[in-house]
Amino acid sequence: MIKLNINGGELEADMSADTPLLWALRDHLGMTGTKFGCGKGLCGACTVHLDDQPVRSCSVSVGDAVGHKIRTIEGLSVDRSHPVQKAWLEIDVPQCGYCQSGQIMAATALLATNPSPTDADIDSAMSGNICRCGTYPRIRAAIHRAAELSREATAK
Amino acid sequence: MKTSNELIHPNLNSSRRDFLRNASLLSGGLIIALSLPACHRAVPPSKMAGSSQPSAWLRIGTDNKITIIVDRSEMGQGVYTTLPMLIAEELELPLSAINIEAAPVGAHYVNDLAGGQLTGGSTSTRDAWEKLRIAGAQARMVLIEAASRRLGAPATTLWVKDGYIHGAGDARLTFGDVAELAATLPLPSPKEVVLKKTASFELIGKGAARLDSPSKIDGSAEFGIDVKLRGMKYAALIQSPVLGGTVQSVDSTEAVGMPGVVKILTVGQGSGVLVVATHYWQALKARDALKIVWSPGARLNVSNATIRAGLKAASSGNGLSARKDGDALAVLKSAPHTLSATYELPLLAHATLEPMNCTADVQASRCDVYVGTQVQQMAQEVAAHAAGMKPDQVRIHTTLLGGGFGRRLETDFIPAAVEGSKALGAPVKVIWTREDDMTHDTYRPPAYDQIVAGLAANGDIDAIHIKITSPSVTARLFPSPDSNEVDSFAVEAAANYLYDVPNIFVEYVQHEVGIDVGYWRSVSHALNCFVVESFMDELAHSRGVDPVEYRRQLLKKQPRALRVLNEAASRADWGKTEKGHFLGVSVMEGYGSYLAQVADISLDASGKMKIHRVVCVVDCGIKVNPKIVESQVFGGIVFGLSAALWGDIHIEGGEVKQANFDTYRVLRMSETPQIDVHLLDSTETPGGMGEPSTALVAPAVANALFAATRKRLRTLPFAGQIAIA
Ligand code: FES
Ligand code: FES
Repeated sequence: MIKLNINGGELEADMSADTPLLWALRDHLGMTGTKFGCGKGLCGACTVHLDDQPVRSCSVSVGDAVGHKIRTIEGLSVDRSHPVQKAWLEIDVPQCGYCQSGQIMAATALLATNPSPTDADIDSAMSGNICRCGTYPRIRAAIHRAAELSREATAK
Repeated sequence: MKTSNELIHPNLNSSRRDFLRNASLLSGGLIIALSLPACHRAVPPSKMAGSSQPSAWLRIGTDNKITIIVDRSEMGQGVYTTLPMLIAEELELPLSAINIEAAPVGAHYVNDLAGGQLTGGSTSTRDAWEKLRIAGAQARMVLIEAASRRLGAPATTLWVKDGYIHGAGDARLTFGDVAELAATLPLPSPKEVVLKKTASFELIGKGAARLDSPSKIDGSAEFGIDVKLRGMKYAALIQSPVLGGTVQSVDSTEAVGMPGVVKILTVGQGSGVLVVATHYWQALKARDALKIVWSPGARLNVSNATIRAGLKAASSGNGLSARKDGDALAVLKSAPHTLSATYELPLLAHATLEPMNCTADVQASRCDVYVGTQVQQMAQEVAAHAAGMKPDQVRIHTTLLGGGFGRRLETDFIPAAVEGSKALGAPVKVIWTREDDMTHDTYRPPAYDQIVAGLAANGDIDAIHIKITSPSVTARLFPSPDSNEVDSFAVEAAANYLYDVPNIFVEYVQHEVGIDVGYWRSVSHALNCFVVESFMDELAHSRGVDPVEYRRQLLKKQPRALRVLNEAASRADWGKTEKGHFLGVSVMEGYGSYLAQVADISLDASGKMKIHRVVCVVDCGIKVNPKIVESQVFGGIVFGLSAALWGDIHIEGGEVKQANFDTYRVLRMSETPQIDVHLLDSTETPGGMGEPSTALVAPAVANALFAATRKRLRTLPFAGQIAIA
């Protein structure tokens, strides 16, 4: 049994310690919001947060994830109210949607450390996340918008 | 009625997850079918109760639950929003009131422009444009008629608005209030239907938010890879490294005892070995432990070199005529000057971000298949064959597609799941790895294209001969009995050559290269637009004329093309370029839409190219949802630019050498230029917009590169020929 701290709760499943976190989330724990795109850390579809840092869950074993705080797309908010989700809806970013969980997790991690990113900051934080549908222009706009929404929220 | 394997949804409070389940659990009680069009009259409620599949596009429950059944696959292009909008427009229904369900296989879900239940060819909106508005209007009329009977008021005094039927005074009914009665009334024939005038559209032409977006930002959207059935096992498939090879022997001694492994079997008539396990990671690990000897088969000798040599040799033979205006060959013989060039295009992978996958549940007398497919009927046939059943025993449940781009017009990823489930007696989900996906694609056709223009003494083009040599996707997927029929999907953006030239000959030489080729976003537009629009640039430069001006002169009889060209030139500040920047232009008609693009590039001191901006001007007729059209233009340009810069599949010894995104590079955010999209107002019938913008970006960039370097790149990709920043 391996016990993981996911989205603020303890979850456990019977799996070998070398199981990638990605497959643990998807197959063992039923959280399919985190996606498989390449399995080699090349596409970002599987991005989750490990102790608030964006990581590629296909390249982290559950053994290594034990004892760390894991956050997935399912744990971002219960009602799509995270500023990044709000901005994503306002700009209507997704096309096929397959990359979007990963994009959103990368974007939330960026904004947590850099509340007012420039285009260059966004490019460097987001370039590990491939979108084959080409939603990049709207992702960039949505990150700026999310930054704005967060600032408005803190100003209140 | 419940299916024996009810879908298990970890996140039950998300209603959007339910579309799959609804399709299989549709049952009696409150549900009344309002089945359209008229030729498929409402199924009586009693029958409906026993039926598992609704029969058309709209269902109104007596509880006023309104469901629109979408018969095209949602792969990012927005059909789960635009198609419902067409019905909702005529029904005066707010989009927020709509539930979406994926259509099962059904005769009335055939795409008339494609001749099958197929999502592709940028046909969805064009096919649905009248059909679904008529369906919406029919429903409106029959609901009003029912309300008229219920209220005892003449139908002419009633109207629909905001999802209600209104009458004099405070009279107001929901659709659900009259659904049961409406289902018993005759539907007006399509001829009796009066459609709304363009000026009174309230949804069409406005950029409504996508109905699928909420589920795509909280992880609840359900793609094929996410399907979970009770008792389901996971499987990894291994296929021959040499394309088309078969299993000679399998040593599974080690694999069979590994944790979680439940079954190892040869599938697909020996084309692969399937490892089924309790969890996918276990299946992958066990797959690595298999020792397989493959019979490589006929493709062992296929390589890029043989493909290119074969195309080149075939190109010297005669082909079929795809267009003949005048007598271009005769004029060319006596032309005072000619200009000719040869262009070559590589094989490309689709690389949808969601790798191929399929889940099947074979039971005694039925088979359920959960799959992201662009071809429901073909999927049904293939699954039936693999299950040893009749097609009507197979239900296809279309999930969301994590990208299609033509890859999911294929059905090669379906049989293994069906065979695995049948052998196991439990549901099986097969997931391809990225490597499986990239090395076992059906690749975009390579091409060897010759083009020659005959010029009069004054430099006017008297004749043009475009000779395309490439393998045919259609010949494999939808073979024609007539061997003299040109594959129209091989000559797009050439057969409809826009420029005013008196003698035009477009010739197609079909040459198979030994590798299966597939439709790839914008199909042959992307190949031929590169050839034709690069060559138009060559002609302009050979005469010392500005490339925009040169095209203008030849597009006088093409007002829509001329308009997008002029608008693109002006928006890109053509002729007023900043120092160090260079522009290139391209124009195309495709899928009934007209587009022009201008690429703005610069070269740094070391000669590295940077693409700063792509301007794209579009006349696609009436825009059902301009925000979605805009996103498709973005997407096409990013897709086309990935291919133009880096896209190149190499075959050696019958094996594909690229396997993942490290060796098959695609555009990332930092590499994406600014993209400015301008959609022109137009009253023309809607054109297709899922694909065409893909095709124009390679020639626009090549033409800008020529302006910058005086070097003409006639081969794709650009990488290896020019350094890219
Ligand atoms: S699946 Fe993990 S980076 Fe691609
Ligand atoms: S939205 Fe399709 S891959 Fe990004």
